[in-house]
Amino acid sequence: MSKTVAINVKGLSVGYGDYVLLHDADYQVNKGDIFIIMGGSGCGKSSMLRVLTGLLPPLKGEVVINDVDMINGKPRDVQKIREKSGILYQSGALFSSMTLAENIMLPMQQYSDYSPATMRELAGLKLALVGLKGFDDFYPSEISGGMKKRAGLARALALDPDIVYFDEPSAGLDPISSHNLDELIIELNRSLGTTIVVVTHELASIFAIGNNSIFLDAASKTILARGDPKELLKNPPNKTVYEFLTRGEKK
Amino acid sequence: MHTSQTNNPVEFFSKNGVIYITLSGDVLTYNVEKDLQKINEPAQAEVLKIVFMPDGLKAWDSSLILLVYEVVRIAKNKGIEVDLSKLPQNLQDLVNMAFEVDRKPEHKSSSIGGLLEIIGSVTIGLYRAVSGFLNFLGAITLGLGRFLSFRSIMRGTDFCAALEDCGPKALAIVSLISFLVGLILAFVGAVQLQTFGAQIYVASLVTVGMCRIMGAIMVGIIMAGRTGSAYAATIGTMQVNEELDALQTMGLSQIDFLVMPRLLALILAMPILTMLADFMGMVGGAFVGVFLMGLPYQEYWKYAFNAFTLNNFLVGIFHGFCFGIIIALCGCYSGLNCGRDADSVGVATTRSVVYAIVWMIVVTGIITVICQEVGI
Ligand SMILES: Nc1ncnc2c1ncn2[C@@H]1O[C@H](COP(=O)(O)OP(=O)(O)OP(=O)(O)O)[C@@H](O)[C@H]1O
Ligand SMILES: [Mg+2]
Repeated sequence: MSKTVAINVKGLSVGYGDYVLLHDADYQVNKGDIFIIMGGSGCGKSSMLRVLTGLLPPLKGEVVINDVDMINGKPRDVQKIREKSGILYQSGALFSSMTLAENIMLPMQQYSDYSPATMRELAGLKLALVGLKGFDDFYPSEISGGMKKRAGLARALALDPDIVYFDEPSAGLDPISSHNLDELIIELNRSLGTTIVVVTHELASIFAIGNNSIFLDAASKTILARGDPKELLKNPPNKTVYEFLTRGEKK
Repeated sequence: MHTSQTNNPVEFFSKNGVIYITLSGDVLTYNVEKDLQKINEPAQAEVLKIVFMPDGLKAWDSSLILLVYEVVRIAKNKGIEVDLSKLPQNLQDLVNMAFEVDRKPEHKSSSIGGLLEIIGSVTIGLYRAVSGFLNFLGAITLGLGRFLSFRSIMRGTDFCAALEDCGPKALAIVSLISFLVGLILAFVGAVQLQTFGAQIYVASLVTVGMCRIMGAIMVGIIMAGRTGSAYAATIGTMQVNEELDALQTMGLSQIDFLVMPRLLALILAMPILTMLADFMGMVGGAFVGVFLMGLPYQEYWKYAFNAFTLNNFLVGIFHGFCFGIIIALCGCYSGLNCGRDADSVGVATTRSVVYAIVWMIVVTGIITVICQEVGI
């Protein structure tokens, strides 16, 4: 148990105004984990991700990523952490006025010292990594939804991030593409040691890729279970988690 | 079709405080209101139990589920027992499913409270809007600072695309509208001036009117409608597509990236478009003067140029410049503050045009008063 902690969340409350989604949550994501945030629809998974990535201020509590306090820390330190994180949005969120290659080069232009030619090569490489070799000069409107998602992943990987966040990576993908994306996630994690945080309720992916997780519950507004999803299935701590992990089989 | 069943597929009869609901034949697209009234009648207050008797039931659809569901709901409220056991199992399951609740919505803050609450929320809303806009202006100023010190991440291609859109592509519509406005101005003026026999002063009227203010106002209104709204819609859609989130988490400035190219393009284009509008308005006036009123061509232009003063012209151009800033800021601000659904993009677009026109009129008032004081 001597793993180093990548993300440390303490006493975190998430919500909008006086509508609280989650009370006083504590959890840790270790370096090199594939960490799943799961739970029923509307329990606040996407909101949790928005807090982790700094898009939504928490109601209270702390988020510490690689020893930097993301809520109250110095803006410069926070920015450093952000440069080292990649995010894959539910819709891909590619900039529609730029080609795929330009999309991927954008963060590089901003935060790296590569020469333009190298950036172009790197963009091509990242696209090839996600199976989009040769699509450099396509615009987002010219590719399919699944391809957008993969291109979004290529952009998330542009700066060789330490942590990559995924919001529902398999939503809207066919089973094979979804499986391939899972493989890609595992491969990234294994070969680059990237810490990965995934919001999903796709059971197949949860068991295929996750090695740690939290289960958010809307009714109690707490973390109802945590740990390796496969272990949770073997020893479900309560009825809700069991039903979730078995697609609603009653115990 | 059965002919024997002349009456309703759903019948009610009561005996000893029990209501029997018999179902027979096909219960398809059946309207339930009347039956529900029967159960709701106060005369039925002493009912103890409701029993469904589906003996002759053949085909059924959602309307029957609705009937059973509503009956059960009303009965529950009145504390009456309902016997569903004779109904088909799948129908029972569906009704039970409709009653299952995992979680009630707990927030919906749209209750209209007392007067104090309304005053309070309006005040807070106003405060947020004003401070939001001031923040935006501050961010724009910083963005301009970065641009002037060559530290902006604005992309040249974005600027060129924006410039093309509000420059060359707007020429035709601006020319047409200002030509027509010049025409109208000349017509209206001509009727009055003719009564004094001073038709030739139509030339002066059109020149002064267009150059001083009408040219800029027409361009402002056209550009608010065609370019400001487009800015709001584009940026608002980026909000919906999470593109703004992506920019923010990449730590890229939305101001530099989205607002600056559009703002600079409009600041550059508006004065030029205003000049074009001035000219086209004068041509429109000449059209009326020369062809319809029969004024001599050279005479007309002589009077027109005599009335032209550099001051008027520059005041008009300055209006155009200010309107450019207003249109770009209103468009971008509405877009950046757009909600996350398709509806909000519509709201943002409308807002951008309304705000822009209101502010253009306010600014015109201010400039006019200042010019009056200074004596330009
Ligand atoms: N901007 C907002 N303002 C107010 N409430 C919001 C806002 N965004 C989301 N919510 C509320 O927060 C709750 C959780 O939303 P969230 O998107 O985090 O759910 P989720 O767990 O990601 O659900 P799903 O699995 O369906 O994507 C919802 O009930 C929603 O009504
Ligand atoms: Mg979600």
